[in-house]
Amino acid sequence: MNLKLRYFAWVRERVGKPEETVEVPPGIATVAELMTWLASRGEEYAHAFNNAKIIRAAIDQKHVRADALIKGAGEIAFFPPMTGG
Amino acid sequence: MKVTVRLQSEPFDAAVEVARLASGRTDIGALVTFTGVCRGSEDGEPIAALTLEHYPGMAESEIERHVAEANKRWPLLGVTVVHRYGRIEPGENIVLVVTASSHRQEAFAAAEFLMDYLKTYAPFWKQVDKADGKSWVDAKAIDDTAAERWSVSRGGHEAAE
Repeated sequence: MNLKLRYFAWVRERVGKPEETVEVPPGIATVAELMTWLASRGEEYAHAFNNAKIIRAAIDQKHVRADALIKGAGEIAFFPPMTGG
Repeated sequence: MKVTVRLQSEPFDAAVEVARLASGRTDIGALVTFTGVCRGSEDGEPIAALTLEHYPGMAESEIERHVAEANKRWPLLGVTVVHRYGRIEPGENIVLVVTASSHRQEAFAAAEFLMDYLKTYAPFWKQVDKADGKSWVDAKAIDDTAAERWSVSRGGHEAAE
């Protein structure tokens, strides 16, 4: 499954890029599983995703929980808790 | 309801935005204007500037979603939200929420609701630029608590009691 990923704030800084397209291996069904797989992709990813519990996610620009299914997603974004306003 | 949601890097003029929302109308009885401003210090240390990062597209749609939710809860006549991104120096404005209704209670409540939700759900991230370097602002538990008090499930539960 080909998936566009976007990263914001310190997740972006740690990964070292704002976005990328990845080939997700079969068997990864949820956002939480996707984060675990990302964390295994190298030192910078491990640094970004080692505390996955505090990272928020959005599928196609809508907030989702970590147990959300990624099937059919066009774009998944990962970012820290928001601090706007 | 007249809705304006805008993201921009340049400062806004709150008076101009209020006039745009309300001029020529006689149905509005209450206009509440909230402006969030960049403080010159964070945790007691002076700051040079804030830099706001955002998720283009999602930021607008999240704000619009919350404006629609506010309009379901209160009889509003207009809402304007302007949120800045990029570099913002102390004393400059960051965010504007204007709510218009027939009576003040609805306008006050909707403005507070929108600000509480923006802080927790609108995809913006603040980075603070201090003498010892740049760092990301941590989300505050108090902001989550402020947003949660408006939650539908809690409100519904209380209404049922």
